[in-house]
Amino acid sequence: MGPQHPSTHGVLRVKLKLDGERVIGSECIIGYLHRGVEKIAESRTYQQFAPYVDRMDYVAAVSNGLGYCEAIEKLLLVEAPPRARVIRTILTELQRIASHLLWLGTHALDIGALTPLFYCMREREEILKIFEKYCGARLTTHAFRIGGLQYEAYDTLEKDTERFCKDFEARIAEYEELLTQNRIWVGRTRGIGVLTAEDAIAFGVTGPVLRASGVKWDIRKAAPYAAYDQYKFEIPVGTTGDTYDRYIVRMEEMRQSRLICLQAIENIPAGPILAKVGKVLKPPPGEVYHAIEAPKGELGYYVVSDGTVQPYRVRIRPPSFINLQAFDRMVRGHLVADVVAIIGTIDIVLGEVDR
Amino acid sequence: MLDKVLFYFFAGLAVASAVLTVTRRNAVHSAIFLITSLLATAGIFLQLRAEFLFIVQIILYVGGIMVLFVFVIMLVNLDVAVRQIQFARQKWVALVIALALAAQVGLMFWSSGKMPGQGLPVQVAAAADRLPLNSETVAHSLFESYLLPFEIASVLLLVAMIGAVVMAKKRT
Amino acid sequence: MMNAVVQATIEFLKLYWAPLLCGVVIVAVLPIIVGYIVLVERKVMADMQARLGPMRVGPHGLLQPIADAVKLLIKEDIIPDNADKLVFWLAPVLSVGAGLLAIAGLAIGPAFQIAPNINIGILFVVGISAMGIFGIVLGGWASNSHYSLMGALRSSAQLVSYETAAGMALVSGLLFAGSLNITAIVEAQRTQGIWFGLLAPVALFVYGVASIAETNRAPFDLPEAESELVAGYMTEFSGFRWSLYFLAEYANMIVVASVATTLFLGGWLRPFSEVHWMSFLDFGPPLLMVAIAAYCVMRAPKQPVRVQQLFMLAVAGFCFVVALVLAAPVLLPMLKPSLAAVVQPYYAGIHGGFWFLFKVSVYIYCFMWLRFTVPRYRFDQLMRLGWHFLIPLSIINVLVVGVALIAAEYFHLQGWAMLLVTTPAAIIALVAALAILAVDSSRKERERAAAATEFYAR
Repeated sequence: MGPQHPSTHGVLRVKLKLDGERVIGSECIIGYLHRGVEKIAESRTYQQFAPYVDRMDYVAAVSNGLGYCEAIEKLLLVEAPPRARVIRTILTELQRIASHLLWLGTHALDIGALTPLFYCMREREEILKIFEKYCGARLTTHAFRIGGLQYEAYDTLEKDTERFCKDFEARIAEYEELLTQNRIWVGRTRGIGVLTAEDAIAFGVTGPVLRASGVKWDIRKAAPYAAYDQYKFEIPVGTTGDTYDRYIVRMEEMRQSRLICLQAIENIPAGPILAKVGKVLKPPPGEVYHAIEAPKGELGYYVVSDGTVQPYRVRIRPPSFINLQAFDRMVRGHLVADVVAIIGTIDIVLGEVDR
Repeated sequence: MLDKVLFYFFAGLAVASAVLTVTRRNAVHSAIFLITSLLATAGIFLQLRAEFLFIVQIILYVGGIMVLFVFVIMLVNLDVAVRQIQFARQKWVALVIALALAAQVGLMFWSSGKMPGQGLPVQVAAAADRLPLNSETVAHSLFESYLLPFEIASVLLLVAMIGAVVMAKKRT
Repeated sequence: MMNAVVQATIEFLKLYWAPLLCGVVIVAVLPIIVGYIVLVERKVMADMQARLGPMRVGPHGLLQPIADAVKLLIKEDIIPDNADKLVFWLAPVLSVGAGLLAIAGLAIGPAFQIAPNINIGILFVVGISAMGIFGIVLGGWASNSHYSLMGALRSSAQLVSYETAAGMALVSGLLFAGSLNITAIVEAQRTQGIWFGLLAPVALFVYGVASIAETNRAPFDLPEAESELVAGYMTEFSGFRWSLYFLAEYANMIVVASVATTLFLGGWLRPFSEVHWMSFLDFGPPLLMVAIAAYCVMRAPKQPVRVQQLFMLAVAGFCFVVALVLAAPVLLPMLKPSLAAVVQPYYAGIHGGFWFLFKVSVYIYCFMWLRFTVPRYRFDQLMRLGWHFLIPLSIINVLVVGVALIAAEYFHLQGWAMLLVTTPAAIIALVAALAILAVDSSRKERERAAAATEFYAR
């Protein structure tokens, strides 16, 4: 299935070995979107590199920015002020909802349900409007700065978020009504692409794929960052690790993100939004690895500093790339029509896979 | 007059299609011309006011059997067969026998026309509205006079279906 | 010989000029009608997806089908290199021919029939539309592409499988009618006073599902969808040839909707056609048209552009004229009772045509509704549904309905009273259906468990 195909969500080439209609082996050929982001980092200053990070997982740019800024803050041994942390959390959770909405729309479209895509786009539009009002961009936002935020929250941020969250409950119910109990949907997703917990851990899979296989692991709970330790939310976990469980886990995650947003906007602390970091950033020599729970999984930044204004090495742990390794395991024994469903359920973004 | 012209049209189409069927090199073309031939036969049925036979010819023969033929032709790789010379040594024997048969049949028709009361009866067709309803007539005869052969035929078909399914199932 | 041919042609024209004219009109008009059905589908799709659909070409997008038709006609005709020219030409022609010929057997009203009083009515329509399968198979083969051929074979396997279920469902309906003749079927529903869809609901359901599969619509459109790499058997056809296939698909939709309407939904009969105190329903059609006209008049001032305002008013005027035409046969006998006998055939024709088209539209709307609501079946799930569920259900339904009919005759039940025996029959058939589903899903679970372990042992 070549790089140009309506259902491979980007430029992914999949070689399938077929026995009649059954897949008995597969190989993913990636690199069509490789832009050398990590190499570019070595010749940019820390602040200059921040916009590049958005372009990896372009569907969830805000999370990428959060991970990078927090990694450099760890390197600099500064902490963003509380107000910045809370606003960062709100925007990141809204971005998680937006990312999952896009996933839901396209995944349903691949399986043949034409309508949920438009409903999801309608909700995603509201979130993107909030981002645009906040930082001027919808997709590649560069919303955060090293040390906090550059832009103060605009005056109706809390009201917009609250209105969105209030409407969103009914909207999720709409999607669920169309899909969750639908016999055709269940028939196309139950038992498809099963990934057992042992296999998931062995492959290093993270994010909703890991949680759907039954492993209760979420970095927001295990190693809280930003302001996540202040809020109460659940981690949805699946049982069998099939496509249906991944669908249920992501739907529930959208609900939990909504709850986090509602809790956060109740009490945004006052105060500065940017820590004192100075204009020229020269972190002391050393290395840091900082991981966050991006919508697709564990997004990690391993930054090595040699004391100059440019990093010595920035290595990014892309969740889609590592989750894609499990594709072969998930797709064996299924029919060709299921391959598209399985690619969709891993939720990959080629910008992140290839960097 | 219309009847005659229509008959000769359908009959000519049937014969021409049949000839084309056996002379094409491409198997799919042969199948298409066989379909045309069957459709022409159905047309003759329709002309004889045998509407039920017309539609049954189309549903079963064209829509069932020919679909099966076409499926098989497409799934089987026929390139090898096409390149072989099909009519190798039996051409002349076949020609002689065909001519002999044609002569016998022609003689039969010619002489039967001469004998009084023993030829093919050429009857005047009844007016269409005085004919009994088509499907009902067929149904009556099938279920009243010929019930036993009908049931035996259906059991035979059932046996054939079961046999086909059993042979097609993979050994699991 | 030429003299004979000329004489025969003249005789043919003298006898059959009316059906011939109707045929020409249909072949000329149907592409436009199909184009507007496609526009309706796009508008319905947009409505269900919270958007507006085509709005640019013409007021409210109403000239979109014309634009699409022109585009398709002027497109370059690409024929793949090694494609078989004869079959490549023939395949779309077969599809369209079968679809259009099947329309010739339909009856929109007691007087609107191209070929009046065919003895084998419904069987003719079903049989001729079965010939459309060749268009698909030959089209896929002629494309000289492995994937097109596979898509074509799958599509035709799907059509053949669901034809059996559809036929059996029709048989259960025909048991009540007692004849294959379309006029006789609708007459039977009129004399019984009840639509056969109420007497045989399971048959209506089975025919509904089978007809969706017959026309390759969602949720049964995997052979046309992305998994077969673009469009299955239609991939290599472009421009006018593709539009012929498209025309064939929508003509088939009209045909199956008409067959279902004729057999199960009362054809051209008004609801409760024989109940005299319900005659106020006769005012339904004209009132509906007046309501549409009023709506157009109300919305006209709100249109942004003058052309659109004028257009809305024109549509309103047209609907009003139609309302007058519909109201005339109903009002005139009320005002002057002596005209009743004169007006009767006009009433039967005009109102019959309206009710028939209304029911066909509702059926097609349900097709569209389903397409945009549910996902697609995978091909093996589709075949399993046809063979393991629909065919046993339809066979059981025929048996059960037959028994119910014998009981009805024994107890001399007529019309609505037949519901007493047919409803238990439908319930038995439904219970059997659920039992089949349960058995089938347990077998599926066992099969899937076996397949999964087989592959994860490696």
